[in-house]
Amino acid sequence: MNTIAVIDYGMGNLHSASKALEHVAPDAKVVVTNDPQVIADSDRVVLPGVGAIRDCIGEMQNCGVDKIVADTLGTKPLLGICVGMQALMQRSTENGGVDCLGHLPGEVSFFGDQPSINEAHLKVPHMGWNQVRQVKHPLWSGIADNSRFYFVHSYYVRTENRDLVAGSCHYGVDFDVALAQPNLFAVQFHPEKSHTAGLQLLKNFVQWDGSL
Amino acid sequence: MGLAKRIIPCLDVENGRVVKGVQFVDIRDAGDPVEVARRYDEQGADEITFLDITASHEGRDTTVHTVERMASEVFIPLTVGGGIRTCEDIRRMLNAGADKVSINSAAVYNPEFVAQAASRFGSQCIVVAIDAKSVSKPGEEPRWEIFTHGGRKPTGLDAVAWAVKMTELGAGEILLTSMDQDGVKNGYDLGVTRAISDAVKVPVIASGGVGNLDHLVDGVLQGGADAVLAASIFHFNEYSIPEAKQHMAARGIEMRL
Repeated sequence: MNTIAVIDYGMGNLHSASKALEHVAPDAKVVVTNDPQVIADSDRVVLPGVGAIRDCIGEMQNCGVDKIVADTLGTKPLLGICVGMQALMQRSTENGGVDCLGHLPGEVSFFGDQPSINEAHLKVPHMGWNQVRQVKHPLWSGIADNSRFYFVHSYYVRTENRDLVAGSCHYGVDFDVALAQPNLFAVQFHPEKSHTAGLQLLKNFVQWDGSL
Repeated sequence: MGLAKRIIPCLDVENGRVVKGVQFVDIRDAGDPVEVARRYDEQGADEITFLDITASHEGRDTTVHTVERMASEVFIPLTVGGGIRTCEDIRRMLNAGADKVSINSAAVYNPEFVAQAASRFGSQCIVVAIDAKSVSKPGEEPRWEIFTHGGRKPTGLDAVAWAVKMTELGAGEILLTSMDQDGVKNGYDLGVTRAISDAVKVPVIASGGVGNLDHLVDGVLQGGADAVLAASIFHFNEYSIPEAKQHMAARGIEMRL
């Protein structure tokens, strides 16, 4: 059986991610857990996240999730969502500057620090449905380019390694909303809240063999 | 290309049933909020707001259960408001599957609660609901005040200053209801919507008074709202969500079609 571990480190709404996975993969077993053994035994892993980055990273460290992520990366398909994506980067300017898990090169910055955002009086958080420009990847299968996904975040990711970018978006600035490497796909938007397009992406993840 | 403006149908729910009636639901299921939410989800609603008007404690458990059911079947963002007074209330709703909670009276009585909630759960899930009423006389500089208890009780608080204060404390979004317009179907109060939208940096949802699709357009183009909320025009099938979206898009508003 296809077992999907949704990593629980005491932050945020895991119900949404697990329910959406159950919906798209009725035959799969979805477990919400921070048990290293259960995660090691699973076929694929989801790293969700909402809230402030310092608390997220802190809770990950408290629960040993930082180590679990390090051990899992590259060994089986892992999907990072929202702060789960940001946590994989090197550093965030949130909460006065926080070192993240450092698995992907790049920084997480505040929209409100961008003059272009303030001049256009764009609201922060970036909240709602925005269009994603796709770079060819199996997880976009069956989803039209420039489809809209649901976002809610005040900090955004930019990576200097453009080879990692699988999706990007514009909101006053261009930013990266999907990063991919073998066995890893990380998204800034919430596929579990993005209706048909989001559910299709989750369905693709459940069937993904981890290759680019 | 860019961020779309949102259409948010609102369900008033009491003891696990939609009140105010919803016409398009099958009679046998009339008022099941999950059925109603699914219908809106299928039509392409951008979010759902679930306003819990249940008074009793037992009823609150029903609400949690209803939110759980809704979150298992509806895969768009869900905001739950009504009776949110403590961090424990917020935790229960988020665990049940809500993405955001809306704080109304509790923010007026204890503004510090908004700061606590935002620091614990993140601003992205804290909506502050503001019920505003015009208090200026004709010819005076327009002014709006915060009212509680369904618009009956004045607080003396200036609505625009209050909205700014709430965002400074950590509110990630403002749900602005005009008590003058609510249920009147003459359109949103565009003055207060514009004043608050210009004053705050977070998204503003306009609410109260929608009678036709031009009112939705006005809320965005004149009021500066980032999202428009309505109940009765959708509940009674006067207009469908796709019709509303087409109408707004035709007026040049970025929509998710």
